[in-house]
Amino acid sequence: MININARNILLTPFLIWAGLFIFIPLVCIVWYGITDYDGNFSFKNMGLIFERGYLDALKLSIWLALISTVICLLMAYPLCLILTERQRNNSTIISLLFILPLWMNSLLSTMAWQTILEGNGIINQLMRLLGLPTFQMINTEGAIVVGMVYNYLPYMVLPLYIALTKIDRRILEAAQDLGASSWQTFVKIILPLSLPGAVSGITMVFIPALTTFVISALLGGGKLLLIGNIIEQEFTFQYDWHVGCALSVILMIFIILNMLLTTYFDKADAEEDF
Amino acid sequence: MNYIKKIYLAIIFLFLYAPIGVLIAQSFNASRYRGHWTGVTLNWYEKLFSDSRIADALSNTLSIGLLSAVIATILGLMTCMALKNLTRKWRATFMSIANVPILNADIVTGISLMLLFMGMGLKLGYVSILLAHIVFNVPYVILCIMPQLMALDKSFYEAALDLGASPFKAFTSVILPELRPSIIAGFLLAFTMSADDFIITHFTKGAGVDTLTTAIYAQLKLGIHPEMYALSTLVFFFVLIFVLLFAINRRKLKKYEEVF
Repeated sequence: MININARNILLTPFLIWAGLFIFIPLVCIVWYGITDYDGNFSFKNMGLIFERGYLDALKLSIWLALISTVICLLMAYPLCLILTERQRNNSTIISLLFILPLWMNSLLSTMAWQTILEGNGIINQLMRLLGLPTFQMINTEGAIVVGMVYNYLPYMVLPLYIALTKIDRRILEAAQDLGASSWQTFVKIILPLSLPGAVSGITMVFIPALTTFVISALLGGGKLLLIGNIIEQEFTFQYDWHVGCALSVILMIFIILNMLLTTYFDKADAEEDF
Repeated sequence: MNYIKKIYLAIIFLFLYAPIGVLIAQSFNASRYRGHWTGVTLNWYEKLFSDSRIADALSNTLSIGLLSAVIATILGLMTCMALKNLTRKWRATFMSIANVPILNADIVTGISLMLLFMGMGLKLGYVSILLAHIVFNVPYVILCIMPQLMALDKSFYEAALDLGASPFKAFTSVILPELRPSIIAGFLLAFTMSADDFIITHFTKGAGVDTLTTAIYAQLKLGIHPEMYALSTLVFFFVLIFVLLFAINRRKLKKYEEVF
């Protein structure tokens, strides 16, 4: 479309941008992570993951991120199926109402869950009114999961919704004509065809949930430490960049695994197109 | 079955809007303290307009949001134009590089940029936050523009060239109008991402400079100033009205298009 010269001129800022702000910063993190205070190579700081309870924090992070991802997936599938059905009845308002909460500051709405879940909070007051037993949910793992699901559900809904709207309506009709039950249609057609959307939703939820330090700080009461909290403290309280970077490098391993998973499914999806 | 669907939508709806309801209620609560309801007041809305720290944080959020979105949109558009003219393989490679800030964890992006800025000797403050926001906004813009650009029919552009338009003229009068919806979408997405970002800003900001999110985080330990609830309530209703007007307009436009 445009000549090679123009193309290269247009591409240059991107290459500079990518090199300076994506590649070099990551090299910095890895460099700090695998050197000690004198600048010598050492895996000592990376090895710290096995000490000081860091491994417990990592395990807890993985566990809570997994639970949140599964809950998001289970909540999003029926929601998106209902929304795609409604979309055909031409009601964009409902879809917009599901995007709207994103414009509320996420720190404040996560804070609001404190008011809802705490000992004297809204849920417990309702329980008391109804004469039901109250329960302690704030500062527990459950509260953190609620916060994660609340914050990251849209990241699951959007790719899944897009994948579902792309499914050709005629295929579903064909399945019905051939006598498939709605469950069979879901398992044999909708599920496989929306899988790429689900996979990208899973990564979009799992990574921020695994690495958050905000939700655990707000809803975990500072007692439940996730790996994100530990890394954040290394930078803001301990000022130990080497340890912070070493732990970040360990997180990056999980992120890279996740990216590989998405590219694998993307590729499978792209091949289907041709 | 329809009944169950409606109940399901209602439950999700309640889950999404319960905290927002709580925040709006708190903005009218006479008590300074969260969870103690002592009556209705408009006090916090009055005080909001005299609080210079909130005004500073708000103006930082808006100006960083706008600037980073504008710069990211221009850079993203240029990159998309270049990527369209690459071979499939190179395009896929560059796209996956561009996506790194989205796929990477915010905490890692934030820390890595902080290390870069300090290594460059850049003082952490307004400029470092702005640069960081441009970094994570560019991929969102590319993500919005690229699919529409790829679907664009290039023969119109070539026709414009054949008819004697300069490449720049052909770009502004043929390609740009076609891409307008996705450019606007990319810009709005970038602005939203910038305004709501906390983690990356937290690591790349210096002492004395705050955006709304970092100002809120700083207040968390001693209790949020209720003026913040008032502000976010105003923002929420502003966006709500904007979105509703947009939806109504679109419906009208659709009807209009159907007639002709």
